Amino acid sequence: MQAIDPIIADAERAFGACATLAELEQAKSRFLGKAGALTELLKGLGRLSAEERPKAGAAINEAKGRVEALLQARREAILAAELDQRLASESVDVTLPGRRQSDGGLHPISLAQERIERLFASMGFSVADGPEIENDFYNFTALRMFPDHPSRSMQDTFYVADSDKVLRTHTSPVQIRHMQSHTPPIRIICPGRVYRVDHDATHSPMFHQIEGLWVDEGISLADLKGTIAQFCSAFFERDDVEIRFRPSYFPFVEPGVEIDMVWERKDGEVKYLEVGGAGVVHPDVLRNGHIDPERYSGFAFGMGLDRLAMLKYGVNDLRLFFENDLKFLRQFR
Amino acid sequence: MKVSVKWLRELSGVDLDAGRIAHVLTMGGLEVEETAPVAGAFTGIVVAHVRAVSPHPNADKLRVTEVDAGTGEILQVVCGAPNVAAGQKVPCALVGAKLPGLEIKRAKLRGVESNGMLCSARELGLSEDHSGLLVLPQDAPVGEDIRRYLDLDDTVLTLKLTPNRGDCLSMTGVARDLAALAGVAAPLADPAPVAATIDDRREVRISDPAACGRYCGRVLRGLDPGARTPGWMARRLERAGLRPKSPLVDITNYVMLERGQPMHAFDEAKLRGAIDVRLARPGETLRLLNEQEAEYIPNLLLITDESGPVALGGVMGGFDTMVTEATTDVFFESAFFAPEAVQGRAKALQLTSDAAYRFERGVDFAGARAALERATELTLAICGGRAGPVSEAAGTLPARAAVRVRPDRVRMLLGYDVADDFMAEAFARLRCGVRREGGALTVTPPSWRFDLAIEEDFVEEVARVHGYEHVPSVAPRSSVEMLADAEGARSRMALKRAAAALGYQEVVNYSFVAAEWEEDFAGHAAAVRLANPIASTMDVMRSTLVGGLVSAVRANLNRDEPRVRLFELGRCFLGEGPTPEEQPERLGAITYGPRLPEQWSEKAPAADFFDAKGDLEALAGRAALSFRKGSHPAFHPGRCAAVWFEGREVGVVGELHPRLQLKYGLASAPVAFEIESAVLLGGAAPRFAGVSRMPTVRRDVAVLVAEGLPVGDILAALRASVPAGVREVEVFDQYKGKGVEPGRKSLAFRIVMQDTARTLTDAEVEEIVDSIRRVLVEKFQAIPRT
Repeated sequence: MQAIDPIIADAERAFGACATLAELEQAKSRFLGKAGALTELLKGLGRLSAEERPKAGAAINEAKGRVEALLQARREAILAAELDQRLASESVDVTLPGRRQSDGGLHPISLAQERIERLFASMGFSVADGPEIENDFYNFTALRMFPDHPSRSMQDTFYVADSDKVLRTHTSPVQIRHMQSHTPPIRIICPGRVYRVDHDATHSPMFHQIEGLWVDEGISLADLKGTIAQFCSAFFERDDVEIRFRPSYFPFVEPGVEIDMVWERKDGEVKYLEVGGAGVVHPDVLRNGHIDPERYSGFAFGMGLDRLAMLKYGVNDLRLFFENDLKFLRQFR
Repeated sequence: MKVSVKWLRELSGVDLDAGRIAHVLTMGGLEVEETAPVAGAFTGIVVAHVRAVSPHPNADKLRVTEVDAGTGEILQVVCGAPNVAAGQKVPCALVGAKLPGLEIKRAKLRGVESNGMLCSARELGLSEDHSGLLVLPQDAPVGEDIRRYLDLDDTVLTLKLTPNRGDCLSMTGVARDLAALAGVAAPLADPAPVAATIDDRREVRISDPAACGRYCGRVLRGLDPGARTPGWMARRLERAGLRPKSPLVDITNYVMLERGQPMHAFDEAKLRGAIDVRLARPGETLRLLNEQEAEYIPNLLLITDESGPVALGGVMGGFDTMVTEATTDVFFESAFFAPEAVQGRAKALQLTSDAAYRFERGVDFAGARAALERATELTLAICGGRAGPVSEAAGTLPARAAVRVRPDRVRMLLGYDVADDFMAEAFARLRCGVRREGGALTVTPPSWRFDLAIEEDFVEEVARVHGYEHVPSVAPRSSVEMLADAEGARSRMALKRAAAALGYQEVVNYSFVAAEWEEDFAGHAAAVRLANPIASTMDVMRSTLVGGLVSAVRANLNRDEPRVRLFELGRCFLGEGPTPEEQPERLGAITYGPRLPEQWSEKAPAADFFDAKGDLEALAGRAALSFRKGSHPAFHPGRCAAVWFEGREVGVVGELHPRLQLKYGLASAPVAFEIESAVLLGGAAPRFAGVSRMPTVRRDVAVLVAEGLPVGDILAALRASVPAGVREVEVFDQYKGKGVEPGRKSLAFRIVMQDTARTLTDAEVEEIVDSIRRVLVEKFQAIPRT
């Protein structure tokens, strides 16, 4: 009987020398194939005596198991190496840029508007809208800016040719339209484009306003101040907001207010910033909106959306908003 | 309005510094825009007499002067001013004088000793005038400190007055309000009447009593035509921004500044007969003192004499009857014209007038007579002469109705506590009549206030006198109702975000455009033109967003952007009415350049029609848009689709017309779409329709059809006629060319089938596919391919 152990050692060596699965199959046949060393040993069992045969058979089968285990181990090792190799060859430069469409973005005025809408929505304000070509009644008369009255000259108006229509000079007409079709409590903001004949470094003939209106029982000037203070604090993300009211005149409110915000204090000097105009809604305006001024009161405010966007994002020139320069607009993505 | 602080202190009795006064006024609603000292901060400048002027030996432009500055010696001063002359009185900065950034020292100028500096108005900080020395009147006392002589320790406040405060368009008015705000009793008093010393009078008559509530006139004779406006008056006029002219004009201006009463001085010798205040008659014209010709307009108030119009009531005097340097006899007018009788007249005649500005806003209707007395007093003092008796006619003066003010309502509208007593005091300080009746106050506004008519007006007065700084900040109370929020609807912001997510950058274009754009991009003249555009290139309202987008693309290409994708959400204007049909809001988007930005991994072709269409479809979401071959002036006729939704054309998508591409200088054609935003903003909430767990079956059907047949028509027909069990019908291939006969194209459709309850049998699948084939063959003459 040929010794078994050298065969196993031989198989281990032979398998170890194989680099591919094909070579391994070749090597396998030397030991386990039809004429393989272990097969030959099995064939030789018949020559053994009946007492020797079971023992020898068991030894050969055990050896066969060991060789097969060696074979399997080597097979797995080769597969793993091949996979490693393939993965290595498939690697990409992960630092190259991703494949994509270009980025789009919103205009900074839209960003500010979106933010303002969201802040006021959290206080229960919904968004209202109105036409940009308005008639005299909604833009002026319903707001107590009567024909020929000097208050009309506060706003330089674009007139439509051969018509009594105007480009709305403020978002205030939306107040009247909304009141006429809704009943209190009313809480709305009205953002939108407005137009005035004014064109220089700090004025654009088209700009954006945001109007606010709150009508309910018992609404006061102090409520207006609280609302504006909360808004400024939330919008500018400052907890040191200080609002100053000054008397002013807008024909559709009484009392009328100019809203200033303390922007910075430096060396004892206070720098105020004009935030907008506001006031308690004039009773005639409530009546024009079909609301009883003895029962209800309200406040209204108007702010420059472009100006708020300029302050919020540190833009120093209003004209940039209307030049549509991608180099400017991309900065707000 | 410009206000001298010194004058204001004198009238109001408020003894605060300029900064404090400015603060009180601003916080009282009389906004101070600017606070400026009338002169620079300097010392050591005195009145000097130029005794002699001689040429400078070493410089053509310099002169050597000898001046007496009251120092006890004659000073030699080198001077470069071209107007220096012997005999003049001029300001002289002495050695040791301090001017901003400069101290005067004894010096040699081009070898000649100079002991001081003769000054221009700019060096004193009085104006920008640096053309020559500030020549002073001959009677200026030599050696007197110029600050004292010219009364330069004063500050001018520039007020930005709101149109409701016509009562503050005078020194008296501002002083009155300042005193009320500061809680001081202003020492304001009416001038004493000047007794007549001659009998000359001119009759006055009011034929339109509603327009003219009072007309006072007075004749003054024997005035000295050589009289000069005194320095103090000239300075006050100048500090108010008025240029002194001649004594009579200056006196009327001064009285207007002081008391708010516009006045007019007629040359008495040029008037004929009685004065009548009446409305203009058609055809009447008047040459005004600014030499402008005033034509007839309706409801124009005239001052007339027997010869016809002599002045526009409340606006401006006539040329023929105005005072001149030769005038010795004057007729002063001091009248009350109702705001409604003056409003709009100056504008209609394209005039600007200080008088009209005041009358339009409301002038104290009780002040005409006092102003006339003041003007008389000043004229007699400055020009000499003698005054006749006052002629006066009365019309209808405005009523000042008492207003019931309920303190509880005042507190409710203000939202904080103010005592009844304070309210009564505030009204009294404002010189309103106040009575207490029950719990309420009955308040009567004074004759100069035209803005106090209802209870709310007095609420503001309480807050103003109390101080707006005391308005508390109250956290708003809310009735806490949830906002309605339709789930299927999308906000404008969400739509903008969706467009941005597709790679588009939002832009904001002006709503007004050049008329030419409308012709180019909309194919018709604009529906809405502006009467007063800011420029001829912005004179019509846009009816499409495309022009603005093309223009923005071009602007960015000029700024070296190789590829541009933009969108805008905004209104277009098809008519003047307020409806969304006439002023629709639209979303427009444009792509110029490759489909994708240049990147290492893709060689993207130029974006074409289907890129724009695909983006529009992506934005539309569940809104079922349909596309039909379209024609639109802005787009390539073969590459343009009309977009339909719910039986209505709502938009367009296409490739820019080559003609416009050329005209607007674009190297390649951009693709764009435009659609009514309402289509993209509406919609219904999603709804569950069951999920089938049965297997799906896909069959492909390939056919040949006529080349011009729109695939959209075929798909619509197939989808309309598919039997139950079909989940999807879609085109997945189109082929023309080799292997397909000319005039035809090959189309391949994907049919995906699935039953909700069971597996479809082969026979059922074949039946479905056959039915689809039949539609293709029968309706579209398709030839099936195998």
